Amino acid sequence: MITFVWGLVFVLIAPVIGGLIAGIDRKVTAHMQGRVGPSILQPFWDVGKLFEKENAVVNETQIFYAFCYTLFMAFTGALFFAGGDLLLVIFALTLSQIFLVLGAYSANSPYSYVGAERELLQIMAYEPMVILTAVGMYMATKSFNVSDIAASPFPVVLFIPGLFLGFLYVLTIKLRKSPFDISTSHHAHQEIVKGVTTEFSGPSLGWIEITHWYETVLLMGFVWLFFAFSPILALVAVIVVYLFEILIDNTNARVKWQLAVKSSWAIAVVMGIANLAALYFLNGGIS
Amino acid sequence: MQFVQLLIFLILFPLVTALFMLVAKKEIERTWIVKLSAVAIAMITIWLLITTFDKGALYSPLIPAEPSGLVMFILEMLIAVFILYLGIKHRKYHVIALILIQSAMMIFFEFSFASSAEVTSNLFVDEFSNILALIIGIIGSLICVYSLGYMKHFHEHHAGIPDKRNIFFFVMFVFLSAMFGLVFANNIIWVYFFWEVTTLCSFLLIGYTKTEEATNNAFSALWMNLLGGIAFAGAILWIGMSGHSLMGLDQLLASGKAIALVPAALIGFAGLTKAAQMPFSSWLVGAMVAPTPVSALLHSSTMVKAGVYILVRLAPVFSGTATGYALALVGAFTFLIASGIAISQSNAKRVLAYSTIANLGLVVACAGIGTYEAIWAAILLIVFHAISKSLLFLSVGTVEHRIRSREIDDMNGLIVRMPKLAAMMVIGIAGMFLAPFGMLISKWAAIRGFIDAPFGFIFVIILVFGSAMTLFFWAKWMGKILTVTSDGKHVEGEVDRSEWAALVSLAGLSFITTLVFPLVSVKLLEPFLLENYGNVARLSQDNILIMIMMLFLLLLLPLSILLPHRKHRHLAPYMGGRTTTQDMRFSGSLGVQKKAVMSNYYLTSWFGEAKLRPLGIWLCSALIGIMFIATVFRGMFP
Repeated sequence: MITFVWGLVFVLIAPVIGGLIAGIDRKVTAHMQGRVGPSILQPFWDVGKLFEKENAVVNETQIFYAFCYTLFMAFTGALFFAGGDLLLVIFALTLSQIFLVLGAYSANSPYSYVGAERELLQIMAYEPMVILTAVGMYMATKSFNVSDIAASPFPVVLFIPGLFLGFLYVLTIKLRKSPFDISTSHHAHQEIVKGVTTEFSGPSLGWIEITHWYETVLLMGFVWLFFAFSPILALVAVIVVYLFEILIDNTNARVKWQLAVKSSWAIAVVMGIANLAALYFLNGGIS
Repeated sequence: MQFVQLLIFLILFPLVTALFMLVAKKEIERTWIVKLSAVAIAMITIWLLITTFDKGALYSPLIPAEPSGLVMFILEMLIAVFILYLGIKHRKYHVIALILIQSAMMIFFEFSFASSAEVTSNLFVDEFSNILALIIGIIGSLICVYSLGYMKHFHEHHAGIPDKRNIFFFVMFVFLSAMFGLVFANNIIWVYFFWEVTTLCSFLLIGYTKTEEATNNAFSALWMNLLGGIAFAGAILWIGMSGHSLMGLDQLLASGKAIALVPAALIGFAGLTKAAQMPFSSWLVGAMVAPTPVSALLHSSTMVKAGVYILVRLAPVFSGTATGYALALVGAFTFLIASGIAISQSNAKRVLAYSTIANLGLVVACAGIGTYEAIWAAILLIVFHAISKSLLFLSVGTVEHRIRSREIDDMNGLIVRMPKLAAMMVIGIAGMFLAPFGMLISKWAAIRGFIDAPFGFIFVIILVFGSAMTLFFWAKWMGKILTVTSDGKHVEGEVDRSEWAALVSLAGLSFITTLVFPLVSVKLLEPFLLENYGNVARLSQDNILIMIMMLFLLLLLPLSILLPHRKHRHLAPYMGGRTTTQDMRFSGSLGVQKKAVMSNYYLTSWFGEAKLRPLGIWLCSALIGIMFIATVFRGMFP
């Protein structure tokens, strides 16, 4: 059921794809803002430069947490692409995320501290929706295994359109895009400096950036899963969804955390109940 | 018939120890008696598991109901008189009224129906009883050992409180005895007897310090549990009046839903009060005034576990009925609301209390749904919760004696100040919410259980929100502990030996159980489910392997700090460009030196107790009302 090879492929290839996505992201963003923008390979140069810098830290444990964050993110992605259990993927993702939060806490710095608290708020905001998405996929395909869901002969998205929309909503949080880039942001407009990543620098920050690439690819994998019955359509969906996220990012100002949590939860409740109930009764009362 | 002797031994032996506690005058005597008894109890529970292993449910045919029944009745009446006396002394009229009603019911039963109540076997043991016996025998005993050191320090710190450690340990061991009785009793009248003993024990332990607050909270625990006791007595009376001979748990379960639903609903209500479900949650939060080992005992291995134990036992009756769904909703909403309230709490013990209420809610939800998968999840929750929660309580207790505070914000940088104790606490917290540890596995099992049950998606939705909140309050606590403060001094010193032994054992247990839980599941849970539900639930081989991989990663990674690595350049945290000293002081306006202090988010405007508790009380009271209406309705129109 689990194909080890695909997990390994993810670990090796995902940073390249994720970095390219980040490069394209910056290019498209620049065009939207009427700039030329950097080369598509710019993210790689940036991260490369980070690794050449001195590893200055507030304390040694930070390096450990940054390393664990990367390690468990790669593990999570590998588990997903190897076709593992979707719920376990989500739990592993949370574990990885918690390491970043602990790294921010450990620094004992006011900015990263607030960033850590906000990161936790964000996790609290998106997690219900993500688990409900997995549950919806189970109810549609009778399996939690990514391999089975991907092999389903019908378009999963047709059974869970509500959950798909809800997932898109929280995807903005996960990709750290405006209006939900509350704990840290790729743009230089944060009032909490750089939030969770304030106290990370040099190679540690480089690892966190690479982890973000891993995560982007993993999240795009989730989007793929909704359309997996036709690879071409799935690819188109992934591209459209990402471009849509860039558009949202560039046309929205950051909101307060209250709105982020409330709106994500409201959407999760409405979409969750409506879509799961519909599926339930569609299946004739047996899920 | 060896197992019957073991059962009786486990019920009576703690009682003997308890009596020794009363007469032991010297501390050294008490220390050794407690330690030896703890070892003996733990060994015998394991021995019981070995002798009854793979044999399914075993019923004792030999024990006659009389004279033990009569002895129990007399003891019950003595307890009632004692409670009556206390009620009059402290002018708690509601307690007086409740105990009078309850005693009247039991006296009426004793003289009208008791002779006709035939139970083929009074004691029994099966896999589920075995699991609970292990929890009581191992975790309960460890808590008693821990109490030795803790209570010594407790009385050093609180000179104003009269030192009645004799009584304290006496009650602790009576508690264990009653819990063993409760999980081994098949005769419902016996279950009721032990049930009442646990109510009395918890009352005495909560009120141990004799302060006004402690006495009031003890009485609040008492009246709520007496209310449950009345419902329980009502169930016994109902069975007596129905004319069927159903006084054995096995007979009741075999009699089918039509007959068993009314008594099950009544006992279920008693279970809700004992498991501190909303609207009865306040007694468990109030119980925090007691010394910490008491909280640990109430929360992990006794008392509240008695409540969920009986609910899980009766789950086959509840499954698929409106009564069961109403019960499950009480649990689910308790889980949701209590998890929310826990976010707003800054006191470590109160966070733990609300987390217990929440997790028990989840167990109740599983029991109310009552499918085999849900019961599988429920038992896993009971086991893992007992281990992690006792570890957390005990480490909070020890830390509290050191830093003289229960506030989470005062635990800032604990990893620098007391690394060993902080590590214990982090293991406990990780056990409560992170993959691949126990509670996360259990929640996962609960999702699987809910999703396959009729209308289960509603419960899944409630669960995902509750568990997101759980994550928030645990993670911010963990972050607080793991903050590395540059000015922190290592002040751990020597931790009391008995406290340390209990902490390390529990921390070890939380790893070991996570590792061997697939084995426990196959060898203990599956036979139990197969016998009662004809179906088994399990995790797939792949998933277990992945979890074990994660566990090993988490075990090995912290060791990497020991590896030789080059020192990195250390910089002060970013403080907006201000000059900051090593201990995070900076010059504020007008040249005043200020210290940067960081506090957690508590989001009181959203999750405050004042806001959520009334909601929970009304919602869950209404659901309990619906539960009884549904039961009556089904009785009238079967």
